[in-house]
Amino acid sequence: MNEEIIIAGFGGQGVLSMGKILAYSGVMQGMEVSWMPSYGPEMRGGTANVTVILSDNRISSPILRKYDTAIILNQQSMDKFEQTVKPGGLLVYDGNGITRHPERDDINIYRVDAAEEASKMQSAKTFNMIVLGGYLKINPVVTMENVMNGLKKSLPERHHHLLPLNEAAIKRGTEIVKEIATV
Amino acid sequence: MALEVKDIIKPENLVYAKTKLLTERMMHYCPGCTHGVVNKLIAEVIDELNIQEDTIGVTPVGCSVLLYNYIEIDWHEAAHGRAPAVGTGIKRLRPDKYVFTYQGDGDLAAIGTAETIHACNRGENILMVFINNGIYGMTGGQMAPTTLEGMKASTCPFGRDVEHDGRPLNMTSIVATLPGTCYVTRQAAHTAPAVRKLKKSLRKAFENQKNKKGTSFIEVVGTCSSGWKMNPVQSNKWMEANMFPIYPLGDIKDV
Amino acid sequence: MSELRLMKGNEAIAEAAIRYGVDGYFGYPITPQSEVMETLMELRPWETTGMVVLQAESEIASINMMYGGAGCGKKVMTSSSSPGISLMQEGLSYLAGAELPCVVVNVVRGGPGLGTIQPAQSDYSQAVNGGGHGDYNLIVLAPSSVQEMADFVELAFELAFKYRNPALILSDGMIGQMMEKVELKAQKDRMSDQELAEKYPWATTGKPSSRERNIITSVELDPYAFERFNHKVQAKYKQMHKEDVRFEQFQCEDAEYLLVAYGSSARICQKSVQLLREKGIKAGLLRPITLFPFPGVELDKLAGQVKGMLAVELSAGQLVRDVRLAVNGKVPVEHFGRMGGVIHSPEEVVEALEKNFLKG
Repeated sequence: MNEEIIIAGFGGQGVLSMGKILAYSGVMQGMEVSWMPSYGPEMRGGTANVTVILSDNRISSPILRKYDTAIILNQQSMDKFEQTVKPGGLLVYDGNGITRHPERDDINIYRVDAAEEASKMQSAKTFNMIVLGGYLKINPVVTMENVMNGLKKSLPERHHHLLPLNEAAIKRGTEIVKEIATV
Repeated sequence: MALEVKDIIKPENLVYAKTKLLTERMMHYCPGCTHGVVNKLIAEVIDELNIQEDTIGVTPVGCSVLLYNYIEIDWHEAAHGRAPAVGTGIKRLRPDKYVFTYQGDGDLAAIGTAETIHACNRGENILMVFINNGIYGMTGGQMAPTTLEGMKASTCPFGRDVEHDGRPLNMTSIVATLPGTCYVTRQAAHTAPAVRKLKKSLRKAFENQKNKKGTSFIEVVGTCSSGWKMNPVQSNKWMEANMFPIYPLGDIKDV
Repeated sequence: MSELRLMKGNEAIAEAAIRYGVDGYFGYPITPQSEVMETLMELRPWETTGMVVLQAESEIASINMMYGGAGCGKKVMTSSSSPGISLMQEGLSYLAGAELPCVVVNVVRGGPGLGTIQPAQSDYSQAVNGGGHGDYNLIVLAPSSVQEMADFVELAFELAFKYRNPALILSDGMIGQMMEKVELKAQKDRMSDQELAEKYPWATTGKPSSRERNIITSVELDPYAFERFNHKVQAKYKQMHKEDVRFEQFQCEDAEYLLVAYGSSARICQKSVQLLREKGIKAGLLRPITLFPFPGVELDKLAGQVKGMLAVELSAGQLVRDVRLAVNGKVPVEHFGRMGGVIHSPEEVVEALEKNFLKG
């Protein structure tokens, strides 16, 4: 197994922490992982992205041009990363604020309206966990048990009372993720 | 029968002896230099306090760079101006040891200004001995930050022009304002009473360290006969007339 | 007990330092390595192992605090990034001249000048050529993973004490900022002052009547004596080349083209080798782990096997000079690298190799 993921959105959407939780879940599952935040000229005006690689083998380059999966959380990131998904790969996105929806017909596309759901749950901070749930439903690279273990490791202990809320958000994501197009 | 030398040199006639902490090495300082006296006083104080095994000295770059040849303790030679940082490293890792730096005016008040100020501001529990003779002796008599207005040096051959070179820097007054210093004093070593007072200050500074009081800072206003181009007697007179009004002797702070 | 964690390279350095039993860390904040001291301050090792952590007023002060601590025979370290490392060069020269062990971490960012906070490998020449004044070298280790960031703290100290010479961990903003799985070793005890005095009789521990006084210094005014000293130091460097060259090879057995890269660039090049092999081009990678001592002998061996070598580095071409010196004209050696904080992709390296050796 080798899964190369780009997660991209606005700063403050929890892009980096979602990547970290995913990576930590991989560690819990005994995988090799890398987490590489946006770098160099990629880092521009409020956007944030992170490359996460989960693999059964030693990971070579933590920096990539093409990805198995893109998790896209705003329009700029859609414009930038839609074309970087490998043919047959996966694109998961949040529809909130998206004016130009993905157009490729050689990849699998899913939508998870996490911003809307987070606002319904009255917990904006669980947004990224809803997205994560949506992604894991489509591609269960790590088990829910290991996600929870990863979450526990990622969160400082003083925030551990938030674990049930995050778990609920991930579950909600698995329920609301919608298929848009598959190949 | 006339008295012979061998009759005079007897233990019961002894009125003064070199401390055993001073090595047999002949000092390289010029005749009349203040360094030799201060070196000796430090050796005596360490000996009298019986802290030879627990003292680490930090030597500077300048005329006293070879100070480690003269006192029987462990030494660490620092880069120009960095002695307070080196002393900080030693003291932080060996808080059980007595640590002192020994620096000249170029070292402590020019190139090492930041290290001096910050070590004092942190209140490093060390002693800093500052020899101020208003000139760079070792490199051949250039202007120092403490060179007096109008005083000649090889890089201000017509005298220090304060419009061009700035005014003499009074480092001791500056460090006295810092909360980390517990004892700040300015002394000299040109007369017997001055030497006695300086020795008392040095002893107090080592005791402060034992009591973990913070940074002790002792300036010694001294002469540089070679750099000043005067004989030792003229140098002392010139120092009293010209240095002391700008750098007045006495305790500035004693907490 | 060892422990599996996901952490940044910079955090791994801090954790490993505590667990290895480092006595003192002195540092000054600079991006992209500030997490090292931040992590140490968060973990408060002075309450557990007794490790001293102090924020200095400058990099000049931190290297000199280390100089003092190293003279006491303590395991001391600092970390910084390129502009800060430049400020430390004076101190490093003194440490090398006084033959003191210590560990310095450079999480390199792009230069010259204030430059960028993005990753680069443009401090290679400074690192492998001593960096400050005088004939000396640092032991230089180049980690290419977060695990190696942790592991090389111990390795750097072992080598630094073996040779009584400063060691440099030459990392960069990419390895410093990325997170990977790390196995952290179990906590070791710090050495007691008594044990230290016995093991390192040269250290300034306070002069007992049983020995001569110890003087930590780099000054020697007698030219003949100082020439003898310089010969002694050079002999250490020769010994390092005999005993402590470290490198890693990927698919070199049948390689016709060799990539030479260290640190973050070596990670990227592993992927490039894979992409080249998928295209039917027999590529391999030699990754120097010690940049000083440099694995020149191994490169010279491979020069008899391959048709060309490509040094790949995030700089204008610094590593390439050492590769050329090592193979001494036996095989063409070309360079590829991005600069200024731009990181090359694995595909760009493939294109560079094809352009240099397979087209026209």
